[in-house]
Amino acid sequence: MMKLTDEQQAILNGSKGETMAKVMKTQVMFGEAFGAEKMVPVTNEYNHLVTSFGLKLLGPVYELMDKLLEAGAPSQQKFSVDPRPLDPNVPANLLQKLIFKKFMYSKQDFYEGQLDKLGLMDKDAFTCTCYMDQVGNVPKKGEILSWAESSAVVYANSVLGARCNRNSGIMDIMGSVLGYVPYFGLLTDEGRKATWIVKIETTKKPEAQLLGSAIGMKVMEDVPYVLGLDKWLGTELNDSVKTYLKDFGAATASNGAVGLYHIDNLTPEAVEMGGKLITENAKVYVIDDAELERVKNNYPVMWKDKDATPKLCFMGCPHMSLQQLKDWTDKVEAGLKEAGNSKVVIPTVFTAAPAVLKEFEKTEYAERLKKTGVITSYICPLMYMNNPLCKSMPVITSSNKLRTYTTARYYTDDEILVQITKGGK
Amino acid sequence: MKTFKGRVVTPGTAKAEAVVTHGGFNTLASLQSPLQFGDKTAKCGDQNNPDLYGKPMAGKALCLPQTIGSTTGGLVLYCACAMERQPACMLFSNHIDSLAAAGAILADVWLDNVSMPVVDCLGDEFLNYVKDGMMIAIKDDGVVEVE
Repeated sequence: MMKLTDEQQAILNGSKGETMAKVMKTQVMFGEAFGAEKMVPVTNEYNHLVTSFGLKLLGPVYELMDKLLEAGAPSQQKFSVDPRPLDPNVPANLLQKLIFKKFMYSKQDFYEGQLDKLGLMDKDAFTCTCYMDQVGNVPKKGEILSWAESSAVVYANSVLGARCNRNSGIMDIMGSVLGYVPYFGLLTDEGRKATWIVKIETTKKPEAQLLGSAIGMKVMEDVPYVLGLDKWLGTELNDSVKTYLKDFGAATASNGAVGLYHIDNLTPEAVEMGGKLITENAKVYVIDDAELERVKNNYPVMWKDKDATPKLCFMGCPHMSLQQLKDWTDKVEAGLKEAGNSKVVIPTVFTAAPAVLKEFEKTEYAERLKKTGVITSYICPLMYMNNPLCKSMPVITSSNKLRTYTTARYYTDDEILVQITKGGK
Repeated sequence: MKTFKGRVVTPGTAKAEAVVTHGGFNTLASLQSPLQFGDKTAKCGDQNNPDLYGKPMAGKALCLPQTIGSTTGGLVLYCACAMERQPACMLFSNHIDSLAAAGAILADVWLDNVSMPVVDCLGDEFLNYVKDGMMIAIKDDGVVEVE
């Protein structure tokens, strides 16, 4: 049974009205389902919400948001939120646009109005990578969060050392409105210990998205401690390593339910505590080249015509980092040069946070990328692909998250580069 | 008939036909399409789930180890409940995960006249025993009877 403070008990009893009592009841029941014995304050500056889309089917969510607003219960924190589902820059035909506007995201303007009232950081705070320096929602080690968005939660826990459970949408808001979250799971020292040891025995640097996928499918929601990856990534959390871990983590979280991983000699808690983070009797998973190949070969191809020529390529689920945009500019240019082409041969969209794109535009890379024909956008590719007319399009991606939730077909980064610069199937 | 005892996460009783997944249930991938496009039977849209893909889930006893995937999972489940396309009950062999718990608890606290009892910790034996189409009854105290 959870022990509440007098103030928390009073809220539960209705001292702040019926809606706040329900918010407290929700958090108490949620905590009790996981054996939480107390609530702890949310301590970081900004929240992050997963629900960014005015999707018609989410009507019940907007009604609940209205209840919070009517009760005068704004978020205690300003917040960022996942990417917008629409961007006119991204290629779509008239019929697809009609479905987006009239049938799918018809509530977008209304919902963005609700977010604004509730405490949106700023009008461009729409991204799944809120933890990028350019966006500015970067929690500190040890801070308690009420975030949702699986890829952001796993990044905040693992790379930044913040403490956050894999909260669902709506629960993210509840924690922030209340200012407290139940203390269990990844908020606790015990819950952050690894119950899996993953040994990397590949002969080359493993593809981040494939490695994350393999681990996610194996450990599900457990915490893995990864040995041998520092051989390929080094021991410094620089921009390119953080980018790798962003993509790796998103795959662990979407192909499984990982909320925290430790990388030996690299991520903050692993550096601090090393093997002490591993529980007794931890299970072992060995990953070699053959295992990654097996995982990749088992992905279903959801295209009607499996030999179709790709019509669109999405990169950036989760949103790309500034470093990634620069690196890919170099790669696309080199690929095109080698192929004797001047522009990409498949319409290609690189997605990133509005604030990251703004910084990118200030660099000489932006003009160079534009010349290759690659389009940049702040869109959520996943939301784009939910359009039934987009579903039937042969879309390629190197994002395992996008592959998991849509009909987009997965290729490794190197394969994608060949496809968009030289063509192929 | 075989009886299993689990832990009540959200209360209630139900009697329904089983649909079973042995892999993690990806809530967003499974429910998004049916909720979006008016499928009242809520046929599973998760292409990565060979056990459930294409099978109706509304009104069924959904037997699963846990849910996985996007943190929209809880609100998607909440919406399924609000739209009355939810499973009759959810029966977890493992301890419930945070996303499924959120969806079930949100529905329990915030929706009137909607019932989706949830029982967890039923054990691997439960998931090994139960098969699609078996009739399942759950009692108030977390007892699950499988035909």
